[in-house]
Amino acid sequence: MTASAVPAAPAAPAKLAPPPPARATLPRTFGAMMAREARVMRKNFVSTFTRVLVQPVMFVFVFAYVLPKLGGGAMAGGAGGPTFSTILLPGLIGSSIIMQAMMAVIFPLMMELTWQKSITDRALAPVPIPLLAVQKIIAAAAQGLIGGLLVFPAVLFIHADGEAPKVHVDNWPVLIVVMVVGSLLSASGGLLLGTLLNPQKVQMLFAMVLLPMTMLGCVYYPWSALENIRWLQILSLFNPLVYVSEGLRSALTPEVPHMPTWAFLLAIIAGTALLTWAATRTFTKRVLT
Amino acid sequence: MTKPPQAAPPETAPAETASPETAPGEAAAPEADQPEIAVRTVGLEKTYAASGQRPEVPAVRGIDLDVRRGEFFGLLGPNGAGKSTTIGMLTTLVVPTGGSATVCGLDVVKDAVAIKRRIGVVSQQNSLDSDLDVFENLEFRGRYFGLSARDARRRADELLELFGLTEQRGGKPFEISGGQAKRVMICRALMHGPEVLFLDEPTAGLDPQTRTNLWEVLRGLQAAGQTILLTTHYMEEAEALCDRVAVVDHGEVLASGTVDQLKSNAGADTVITVAYDSAAPEEVRGLSERTGISKVEINGGQVRVFAAEPEGLLGELVAIGAGAGVGVTDATQLRPSLETVFLTLTGRDYRE
Repeated sequence: MTASAVPAAPAAPAKLAPPPPARATLPRTFGAMMAREARVMRKNFVSTFTRVLVQPVMFVFVFAYVLPKLGGGAMAGGAGGPTFSTILLPGLIGSSIIMQAMMAVIFPLMMELTWQKSITDRALAPVPIPLLAVQKIIAAAAQGLIGGLLVFPAVLFIHADGEAPKVHVDNWPVLIVVMVVGSLLSASGGLLLGTLLNPQKVQMLFAMVLLPMTMLGCVYYPWSALENIRWLQILSLFNPLVYVSEGLRSALTPEVPHMPTWAFLLAIIAGTALLTWAATRTFTKRVLT
Repeated sequence: MTKPPQAAPPETAPAETASPETAPGEAAAPEADQPEIAVRTVGLEKTYAASGQRPEVPAVRGIDLDVRRGEFFGLLGPNGAGKSTTIGMLTTLVVPTGGSATVCGLDVVKDAVAIKRRIGVVSQQNSLDSDLDVFENLEFRGRYFGLSARDARRRADELLELFGLTEQRGGKPFEISGGQAKRVMICRALMHGPEVLFLDEPTAGLDPQTRTNLWEVLRGLQAAGQTILLTTHYMEEAEALCDRVAVVDHGEVLASGTVDQLKSNAGADTVITVAYDSAAPEEVRGLSERTGISKVEINGGQVRVFAAEPEGLLGELVAIGAGAGVGVTDATQLRPSLETVFLTLTGRDYRE
């Protein structure tokens, strides 16, 4: 079935009717672009979110179920202290948000900016290019948020007897702000990296950025516990995941030591503003030549 | 070389005289003023900044163009002539570094969003949204441009039917043939009824039959009143489709006008090229004195004669060679065409 199978068909498109009336206002165009993201996400839902769920599920399975069953005391937070699953829960949610939001923005970008430059499909839509960047950030953040929410039940229910995480929502507004703005933070960071990096270097991005970021993102221990390794504690402050993990810790497992609220909120909100500003600029530079 | 440095007369003069015949049926206003002009560029320039090892690239160096409403206009030139960059600037995705350009009277830099609402663009590569199927590509394009979801779907189906693509409705953009993808991209560009349709090398890489099909599509669109600006490196495509053509090379317009004007104004004669097996005989030089012959170029063993009256010349060139004991290894005779226009303007073979 090639083009030659329908040779005469397209011969006379002269009767093309004028298009229906259109009002291409910015909000309508923006909304249509978000509708596209929803359509694509719905199509790829299983594959997209399986990818993000496997890692945290494996992690809680091994550390909150298998190892305690084996009697490995190494993981226990000491007598009377919080269980390891309690420490893990906010961290794993945070890292899922970050990973998912970053992948959601970077993977499509690699296709759109290089191969066939299919970004022109949306770049030609009647919106300013920086707004297209913002749209990409919001769409990816929504995916990050969904990723984080999906991890919730896994980390809540997978554990050995007596290893249940102790969770109670201490502060709903803080929880919501941390999850929503944290998603935006990582999506904007992803867009910045994706537009700065050579697309061929994406593998490097995972090895050199995302993996260290999650391992050292205060996912597996609270930030305050790092006081014995002072240099790492300070270095960790450059890792955005740290603030999301600590923010979630403060909102979900308040008895585990965590950063003061002003510190993580400031970092998450100011960081989002800064990264969004930078990413819209680099994105515009990549799209407009 | 014979390059007319600015080619100024053919560049502007034909444009002026063209109006009677290039706007058939249209009572074109004598002063080609704003409402009649769909696209205008004045000294449009684009120089890509140096990056890394690569020096800066002057891709477009001061292009002046006027495209009228309803016109089928062609930018013709070899690969790398700056055609795609020019289209890029007119469609707001490439930022000019000099000069100015308006589309539908709007500035390409200041009014980019307003321009995007009024144009349709068919890029050279398959830039369909690979996360969506063919139908969804059209549907969402319509919605980006403000159609309601229902209107967009209806319009998408209309276009698919009109372009013989109904069977490809649910196909993925990279699983359909190149010709089909191109037609889908044209449908996509037409979703919102653009005032100006831009096509960048629409038939590059397509087989001949698909290409002629696409020509029919484009002719149909123009017959329905669509303004079209197309780039091509195929001479025959420009000849077959375009009301007016601008010949570009190295980022400059060498000449513009109707194909017929270009053939007569640019001194496009029949071009006879003969390759001798050693240095060309001296007698050949004398030919340039003869009436009906406008120019003789000699380059080692290769002789090129530009003649308005070419009858018998080829035989004569062979005979001259034989008389001087020089054989002929190759000979071609090109009748006046855009190819000979290009040859005349640049002194280079089109595909060199």
